Amino acid sequence: MQSAPERAAIEIGGIVQGVGFRPFVYRLANRLGLSGWVRNTGEGVQIEVEGDAAAIEEFRLAVRDEAPPLAVIYQLRAQPIPAAGATGFAIVESARSTAGGEVSPDCDVCDDCLAELFDPDNRRHGYPFINCTNCGPRYSIITGIPYDRPATTMAGFAMCDDCLAEYHDPGNRRFHAQPNACPVCGPHLSLLEPSGAPVCGDALKLALEALSQGKIVAVKGVGGYHLAVDAGNQAAVERLRQRKRRDEKPFAMLAADLEMVRRHAHCSELEGRLLLGVERPIVLMRKLAGSSISDLVAPGNGWFGFMLPGNPLQHLLARGHGAPLVMTSGNLSDEPIAYRDGEALEMLSGIADLFLTHDREIHTRTDDSVLRLYRGEPLFLRRSRGYVPRAVQLPAEQASVLAVGGELKATLCLTRGDRAFMSQHIGDLKNAATLASLEQSASDLQSLLEITPALVAHDLHPDYLSTHYATALGLPAVGVQHHHAHMASCMAENGLEGEVIGVILDGTGYGTDGTTWGGEFLVGGYSRFERHAHFAPLRLPGGDAAVKEPYRMALSALYSLHGDRLFDQPPAVLSEVAQADRPLFLKMLEKGINSPLTSSCGRLFDAVSALIGVRSRISYEGQAAIELEALAEQGGEVEPYPCQVREEWGHVLDFAPAIAAICADLARGRSRADIARAFHRTVARGVLDVCRRLREETGYVRVVLSGGVFQNRLLTEEVAELLAGDAFQVYCHRLVPPNDGGLALGQAAIAGTMQARG
Amino acid sequence: MNDDLILLGHGSGGKLSHQLLDELIIPNLSGVPAAGQNDAALLNIGGVKLAFTTDSYVVDPIFFPGGNIGDLAVNGTVNDLAMMGARPLCLSVGFILEEGFLKSELARIVISMREAADAAGVAIVTGDTKVVPRGKGDRIFINTSGIGAVEHSLSINGAAARVGDKVIVNGCIGDHGIAVLSAREGLEIDSGIKSDSAPLNGLVTELLPLGDALHVLRDPTRGGVATTLKEIALQSGVTVKLSEENLPVNAGVKGVCSILGLDPLYVANEGKLLALVAPERAGEALAIMRRHPLGKDAAVIGEVTESSAGRVVMETMVGGVRGVEMLAGEQLPRIC
Ligand SMILES: [Fe+3]
Ligand SMILES: [Mg+2]
Ligand SMILES: [Zn+2]
Ligand SMILES: [Zn+2]
Repeated sequence: MQSAPERAAIEIGGIVQGVGFRPFVYRLANRLGLSGWVRNTGEGVQIEVEGDAAAIEEFRLAVRDEAPPLAVIYQLRAQPIPAAGATGFAIVESARSTAGGEVSPDCDVCDDCLAELFDPDNRRHGYPFINCTNCGPRYSIITGIPYDRPATTMAGFAMCDDCLAEYHDPGNRRFHAQPNACPVCGPHLSLLEPSGAPVCGDALKLALEALSQGKIVAVKGVGGYHLAVDAGNQAAVERLRQRKRRDEKPFAMLAADLEMVRRHAHCSELEGRLLLGVERPIVLMRKLAGSSISDLVAPGNGWFGFMLPGNPLQHLLARGHGAPLVMTSGNLSDEPIAYRDGEALEMLSGIADLFLTHDREIHTRTDDSVLRLYRGEPLFLRRSRGYVPRAVQLPAEQASVLAVGGELKATLCLTRGDRAFMSQHIGDLKNAATLASLEQSASDLQSLLEITPALVAHDLHPDYLSTHYATALGLPAVGVQHHHAHMASCMAENGLEGEVIGVILDGTGYGTDGTTWGGEFLVGGYSRFERHAHFAPLRLPGGDAAVKEPYRMALSALYSLHGDRLFDQPPAVLSEVAQADRPLFLKMLEKGINSPLTSSCGRLFDAVSALIGVRSRISYEGQAAIELEALAEQGGEVEPYPCQVREEWGHVLDFAPAIAAICADLARGRSRADIARAFHRTVARGVLDVCRRLREETGYVRVVLSGGVFQNRLLTEEVAELLAGDAFQVYCHRLVPPNDGGLALGQAAIAGTMQARG
Repeated sequence: MNDDLILLGHGSGGKLSHQLLDELIIPNLSGVPAAGQNDAALLNIGGVKLAFTTDSYVVDPIFFPGGNIGDLAVNGTVNDLAMMGARPLCLSVGFILEEGFLKSELARIVISMREAADAAGVAIVTGDTKVVPRGKGDRIFINTSGIGAVEHSLSINGAAARVGDKVIVNGCIGDHGIAVLSAREGLEIDSGIKSDSAPLNGLVTELLPLGDALHVLRDPTRGGVATTLKEIALQSGVTVKLSEENLPVNAGVKGVCSILGLDPLYVANEGKLLALVAPERAGEALAIMRRHPLGKDAAVIGEVTESSAGRVVMETMVGGVRGVEMLAGEQLPRIC
């Protein structure tokens, strides 16, 4: 018995455009025998279906459950409307086809396309630009809105008849796939000499030959150029290090598949899943003993960073080479990654022997994302390609804010309603090209997402270039304290409201009192905070010079114990300072000349790293602490050192007793790994001690952990376990990095909340 | 920090100083041209073109290697006139003395003022002395004002930089700031770092024949070369590109700066000038400087690369290009 037809209007919000959503709806409606139509709107997708009530209900469920892989549905609203007696189902063109800003991130090749790529009978066999509505480049090639082919860097390629037929067929996987292409009509690979002269022959084959001979090949990827070299070839890796002037910073590698990864690194089930995700991040995994990879790939580091191919060209290269390739960003030491063809040749011609490039332009530079696994959850070190510009859900609606982040790992954040869009990793703003890229990204993101911010949020540091940029915009500007922003960032991504205890273990940041903070215990929420406790301040001898030369922090810590008898002490680190320079060093510490006091936790790790002889000078950011962590992991089950909580106007967590004990252990010849391990436990124990006091004072049990030091997995685990074991509710970062790469999210949440309160 | 109060940074010559001028002082005075502008005012009095300037000196300590507060007060004002291409004529001097200050020290200071004035060829023609109670001042403060004759028809000023101009400095940078710092903090460095305090009017006289090719003259005092170049870039609406490799810095200053973590680009000078010269005459300008006793170590340190929004960038030793900005006050740690 057939009941009278019913009709429903369905509205869907999220990333539902440019991801094959309408053809999916079309096929689904046909399968269920429903009539009606689907169209894109400013907010997402709108559907009307008419037919049997049960079929409509099934349709409603299936739209959510069977949605295409790249679609992300935030909301789905359905309501009954009067039947119209329609027949057939149609995809209706909308007047304005793109949503106010949910742009899909770039995505790896889907299984269907991958099968075609390696199918000798397919017309796209071996074609490095294969894609469909379920996969391929998005964010990096979109030049404007609406998201149509003319608004991508594919605009200059006219589709051939075959491709056009696919593009117009609602039943085809390439229906409205904007970057659709084939060898007849699409982009092509080419191989160039550093001079720019083309090399004749099969570009891919010749590039693979060069790689197997140990040559350095610059490869144009989705978000920018990489430098590729055979990771097993010691001489080749060494040449890359010399030419890139990158002494020790670990290189990431590309492997063809999980099996290849597992020959060189401990790759758990979960890590495997991260590697296989469509985002294709770099995942840090513990090195496997006996790996054939050059020890110059990640010197002094217990971890390898691997990624699996994230685009068709990488699939072809990785399979063709058959062994791990170094795949590091194509830049000079401080410069942003090269992404425009001319600029890449100019910048990398002194590094690369050959350029494997192509004629599909990259519009938006996006570095690879980097993460590691922590307690079964991903921990971002850098959130970029594959994840941006996917939104982070905020706990509440707020005013539209542009937040400009910090200075060293700058990212932007734009908010609309209860969504926060984090930009790609932009980098160190002291570099002129990076600063220009911040300004460009800010305006690109605003137009792409159609957000006009009502206010701008920035760090309190008066000299951060992001602060200069923000305050010159002419918008109402909100200065946000650095560690308050870290705390709010962790709160926001965890959906927390109200007030919490924030344990912010960080490098350095400008405090509300004009001094330099960095080991902070804050109590508060988005709209206010108080500094309840902090690490005991140490001098930062020489300001930023102390960051590059951790021995300065060791000297500073020893000075706090021994004063002007500093150079009479036994630790070997003191020999870093020549006899002739010692009086000046002492004066600098004594008078505080360019040696501000800082409560930094990161600098305390530097001090200990230098003190026990791990690292006195660094060649990349965080190196001293990273190597200290690697050493500590080899330590045994040891007791923590003593530390002390002093009551001043707040609680002051003082590690001077630990430093003294470490010196005694060094003199006794105790294993450095055990010392490093015991130090980690000491910090964790000190954090627990302070948190208990704060719980007594405030009654709060929720603790958020943020700040760059929480990239340290060992410490994060120790802290989280101690706190959780003492009935605290612990929140860590999972969606944005704990370092300054996540700062903008917190700035945006704070500024937006303050605005809402007027 | 309290926004209602004057901070030390408001006197640093950096960003806060500019804000104070632009937001508080200039709007409340009339007839003053916009801030951050030139070292002296140009006046036309009955057809006679004059340059007029004033400056106060509060340096601590008052005696330092290479000079004292007295010759500094003369040279500083002479140099401000010279940077307009003016021939310094006469100075006034005002002393503010703290009760209890030693007469012998005052005498030393006054004598070195006379010597400095003689060396610069200017006369000290009028003055004033006030004494404040013990604790209401810091031993001695000096104000000098100066008048100079403008005998050229060039328009040498901070807004005159043009694309292609070479940036020339007459010698090593940072000596004065480091000499004063070592004396103040008792650093006991025996690398012979002395203040470069000197009158630059003689050197400028040699440069004036470059005529229209001489676009900008500035003395990079407080805030150092970085701050002065940023001012010029902003005033002229150009981008200046420095080369770190070509910056002349004395080995002693370099050594102290590297231990103290200071950037010589931001350290004060008292006997240095920056000249922005059209490229075709730059070689000649450099040769003129090198022949002069105050320009032996002169060097081309950069050039104006494009007309745009007032930027200064520096090509670093490792090949990157970093932005150079005015600081709010002291050099603060920035790395998180
Ligand atoms: Fe930070
Ligand atoms: Mg002056
Ligand atoms: Zn596909
Ligand atoms: Zn085609």
